[in-house]
Amino acid sequence: MGGFSNGTGRDQAAFMAARLPSFAHFLSSYDPGLLPGRDLGSLGSDAAADVIRGLPHATTIVAVACERGVVMAGDRRATAGNMISKRDVEKVFRADEYSAIAMAGVASVGLEYIRLFGVELEHYEKMEGRTLSLEGKANRLGKMIRDNLMLAMQGLAMVPLFVGYDQETAAGRIFSYDVAGGPYEEHRFHSIGSGSIFAKSALKKFYSDDMPVNDAILACVQALYDAADDDSATGGPDLTRRIFPVIATITDDGFRRLADAESAEYAQQVVGERMRLPDGPNAPLRTAS
Amino acid sequence: MSMPFYVSPEQSMRDKADYARKGVARSRSSVVLQYSGGILLVTPNLSSVLHKISEIYDRIAFAAVGRYNEYEVLRKAGVTYADLTGYQFDRGDVTARGLANWYAQALGQNFSEPTGKPYEVEIVVAEVGAKPDSDQIYRISWDGSVSDEPGFVAFGGQADQVAAALKERFSDGMSLTEALGAALAALAAPAAAAAGNATAGNGAQPELTAANLEVAILDRARAHRTFRRLHGPRLEELITESRTPAATDTAPAEAPGAEAAGQPATPPSDEPPTGPAAPGDGSPLL
Repeated sequence: MGGFSNGTGRDQAAFMAARLPSFAHFLSSYDPGLLPGRDLGSLGSDAAADVIRGLPHATTIVAVACERGVVMAGDRRATAGNMISKRDVEKVFRADEYSAIAMAGVASVGLEYIRLFGVELEHYEKMEGRTLSLEGKANRLGKMIRDNLMLAMQGLAMVPLFVGYDQETAAGRIFSYDVAGGPYEEHRFHSIGSGSIFAKSALKKFYSDDMPVNDAILACVQALYDAADDDSATGGPDLTRRIFPVIATITDDGFRRLADAESAEYAQQVVGERMRLPDGPNAPLRTAS
Repeated sequence: MSMPFYVSPEQSMRDKADYARKGVARSRSSVVLQYSGGILLVTPNLSSVLHKISEIYDRIAFAAVGRYNEYEVLRKAGVTYADLTGYQFDRGDVTARGLANWYAQALGQNFSEPTGKPYEVEIVVAEVGAKPDSDQIYRISWDGSVSDEPGFVAFGGQADQVAAALKERFSDGMSLTEALGAALAALAAPAAAAAGNATAGNGAQPELTAANLEVAILDRARAHRTFRRLHGPRLEELITESRTPAATDTAPAEAPGAEAAGQPATPPSDEPPTGPAAPGDGSPLL
């Protein structure tokens, strides 16, 4: 089945009958082959496992709720087993005007889901003339990840991190997922991916409530540096090739991906400080009373 | 035992076309035109929630006149076509030409079916290009006929009058306020003509204000999604601006009045099944 509209009666009837505002739902009846979450059939062989192990995997993502919204950042490395398969991969994406999505895990599957999710949100908005609530977006993503469970059990696992500015409560919010779906709302900050243990520990020390956006960005870059320091699959700022983390802010002004020059500035500041203190800034040992 | 009467295909097509034309003639006109920064879409619409102008894709907008339920189905089908094409290939591969062809086939097929009614709609699909010369405006009629309209198009009830008035005022490279001024003057032309001819126009239409207009633009300068609605204070401001310098050149707008006298000037009260009219019943149709 070609799937592309060729002007036959079937296409016309299908498009005209599309009354539900979900694009994924439309695909499931129009041409399920276009959906990402398809069972690969029986895949038990070692050869198949080798193929999957050789696929590029995306690594560490961090997100921090801050004063006027939320900041999300990701390192640029993709790994295939013990090899670096790509140095400048992008893992943080605009989902719509007031939300962003990033992923860790098998990069190809993740990208396909992120694309589908973006179309899903926009499709709803255009069909219904209103945007989904932030919870509505987070729930929809949960179901889509759940639909990928068969693939995840065959090795093609990916996990997203979803953040957005909630216009109802005027605050940034963070939602995490596991391979079977979600969402789980996270408070203050969160991290996913191979370096997330180190990044989260770092954020715990850097974070304070209602940080200004600039500080939140700096905290994200510091946390990514710490992740890259201890996790071989996470890439640090690459000063020689000028590859720096992808940073996005989602505030009352909407989604904004920082220009490369801006994220370079933050990264260079962090690297410069680490020249003097390789382990990063000291947190006070005792809580100030 | 009764035999069905023979109806010649010519007669049947003519009847259908008359039926559709009458349906569309009950609606008020809309205009779509180029300006230097993109494409402007303007239509009288009392409802602020039941739209006659909508976004289809990043650089493509949709405007329709006629029966709301019918063009709403077509609009949603267009959104689905565009989203599917963009998802399968790339966002840049969704074009107004492809969409106009799709609409033409859908409407044409429906029109030529022996049973069922033709759609009482007229549709315009507009795409803003990177430069003004790559802008595209297509008009698709109830029978599936398509035309490529360079620069501007008026469609709906008194399209001929509105188009004539718009042609006088349209020029390449107008600013947004100039374009809006031209659009408003063109949309008011049939009423002005009727008022000029009839005695103290009982068919006089309310003046076009921000409250009873639906205005949107495809903004060439924007990245990603270029469609923006203009409403509220911003639109009021634009309308005032567009009217102040143009006050002098509205006078010679009475030229098409002579022909208009012959035509049945449809009073706006006879507007029933077409566009959403009453703002009161504006519960969102899902």
